[in-house]
Amino acid sequence: MYTEKVMDHFMHPRNVGEIEDASGVGTVGNAKCGDIMRIYLDIDENQIVRDAKFKTFGCGAAIATSSMATEMIIGKTVQEALEVTNKAVMEALGGLPPVKVHCSLLAEQAVHAALWDYAQKKGIVIEGLKPPVNDVDELDEEEG
Amino acid sequence: MIYMDNAATTRLSERAFEAMRPYMMEQYANAAGTYSFAAASSEAIEKARAQVASVIGARSSEIFFTSGGTESDNWALKGAVLASPKPKKHIIISAIEHHAILHSAQALERQGVEVTVMPVDADGMVDPAAVEAAIRPETVLISIMAANNEIGTIEPLEAIGEAAHRHGVLFHTDAVQAFGHIPLDVEKMHIDLLSASAHKFHGPKGVGLLYIRKGVKLGVFMDGGAQEKKRRAGTSNVPGIVGMGVAAEQARAQMEAVIASESAVRDHLIERIEKEIPYAKLNGHREKRLPGNVNFCFRFIEGESMLMLLDAEGICASSGSACTSGSLDPSHVLLAIGLPHEIAHGSLRLSLSEETTMADADKVVDSLKVIIPRLRSMSPLYEDFVRHQQ
Repeated sequence: MYTEKVMDHFMHPRNVGEIEDASGVGTVGNAKCGDIMRIYLDIDENQIVRDAKFKTFGCGAAIATSSMATEMIIGKTVQEALEVTNKAVMEALGGLPPVKVHCSLLAEQAVHAALWDYAQKKGIVIEGLKPPVNDVDELDEEEG
Repeated sequence: MIYMDNAATTRLSERAFEAMRPYMMEQYANAAGTYSFAAASSEAIEKARAQVASVIGARSSEIFFTSGGTESDNWALKGAVLASPKPKKHIIISAIEHHAILHSAQALERQGVEVTVMPVDADGMVDPAAVEAAIRPETVLISIMAANNEIGTIEPLEAIGEAAHRHGVLFHTDAVQAFGHIPLDVEKMHIDLLSASAHKFHGPKGVGLLYIRKGVKLGVFMDGGAQEKKRRAGTSNVPGIVGMGVAAEQARAQMEAVIASESAVRDHLIERIEKEIPYAKLNGHREKRLPGNVNFCFRFIEGESMLMLLDAEGICASSGSACTSGSLDPSHVLLAIGLPHEIAHGSLRLSLSEETTMADADKVVDSLKVIIPRLRSMSPLYEDFVRHQQ
C-alpha cells in the first residue's frame, strides 16, 4: 500500500529528535484521531532553516511525511519553507494512499506552526503565513 | 514468518484440504441433482452436518450451511425480526459485537426496530442481570457474542441464555471466534441460534453455519432454490462444507489439548510483556479469555506503525487503531471497555493457533522490546510524558 520512498522514510526516518532552544516549535494534530506531529526549527540570522527535527505519534505515513517534510525545508529560507506544500511532500514520497493524504497536510501544518512560533518569538511577519488552526488535544495530564 | 493473526483467519488443515479435493475435481456434482453421481455430494454434506453439530451438542437437522459468519449473523438478526408476529419489535445486542451484528442491528433500526446496546465492563464482560432488565414485552431476540474477536473475553452465555428463556425471548450468539476453540453447548447455554465460520478453525474460507434450534421460526434471508430444507437458497458449497466438517471434527477431538498448550503460550506472552515492557496494558478478561488471544495497548505509540515494524521482522499481527479500522476512530471494542482514544490507538492483537510455539512468542516479545522504545523515542506524547515526570 505504501511506495518504496514512504517505506524508506518510515523505516529510516531522517531528522528524528528535538532541538534545544529551537527558534520555533510547532505541534499539530490530535491524539484522539491518532496523529500528532511536532516540528522543531533552528533558523539562523539570515532566516535560513539551519536544522529541522520532528517527533510524530502516528501511522507509517505520518512518520514518513514528517521525515520528508523536514528534509525538504532544511537549507531553505523561511519564505521558501512556507511554500513547501503537502502536495510537494506527497510527490516527493511518490504518492500516498487516499486515506493517508491528511498525514501530508498535517506535516505542512506542523511546519507552518513552527514558523509561526518563530515569527511570534522574533516579532516579525512572514508574508502569507497564517496562525495555526489545529489546536492540539494534548494527552491528558493524568499520567502515572 | 511468525503468523499471529489467527483471529483474522487460520491456515487450512491438511486433512480438511485432502477431504475437499475430490469434491472439486472428481465429485463436482450439484448436490441437488437426482442422478446417482450427485448422491456422493449430498452424502458428504450430511456427514459434515453431523460433524459440526457434535461440536455444539446440536442435532444435524438443526445445522444450516451458509457462506460464513457474516451471512449467519445477518440471517439470525434479520430473520428473527422478520418471523416475529409482534407488532413492535425490539432486539438486544452488546456494544462489542462484530460489525456483522452491529451493522445488521443498525439496518434494522432504520426500518423501525428498536435496538438496545448493552454496555460492557472494563474487561469486556456483559452483565446478564442488566440484559434481563433490558428485556421488554416487544423483545424478539438477544444477540451476545460467545467470545470477542479483539480482546478475547468469553461472555457468560449460560446466564444470558437462561434469562432470555425465562422471558420467552430468542437467544442468538455469534460464536465465530469460539466455535471449535472452547466448549459450547446449545442445550446447557440455552442457545436458539448460533453463528460459526469455518476459516476461523482451520476450515476453508467462504463457508459457515447457522444453528437453528428445532421449532425456532426464522425468516428466509437468501431467497432462491430449495436447498437446506428451503431455508437457505443457493447451490451447496460441497468442498467448503466437507472441509468445514473435517476441521470441526479435528477441533473437537483436540480441543482439550489445544486449550492447554495454546493457553500456556498465551500466558507466557502476557507475562513477558507485562514484566518487560513498561506502560503496557492488557485488554480483555484475564481468566475468561480465549486460549489464543493476547491484546495489549502500548501507550504513546500508534498501532499501524507498530504493525509495519513487526511486519519488517516477519511477524503478522493486527491492531485496533484508526489507521487499521479505516476511519478516524479506533476500534469500538476498545472504546467500549473505556479506553481513551489515544490509548486505544496503540493496541496490538496477537492471536495464536496450536502451531504457535514458545519460541515464536519469545521472538515476538524480543522484537516488541526494540520496536516499542523506538516508536516512543519518536513520539511527542512520550516526550511530554517524560518531561512531565521530571
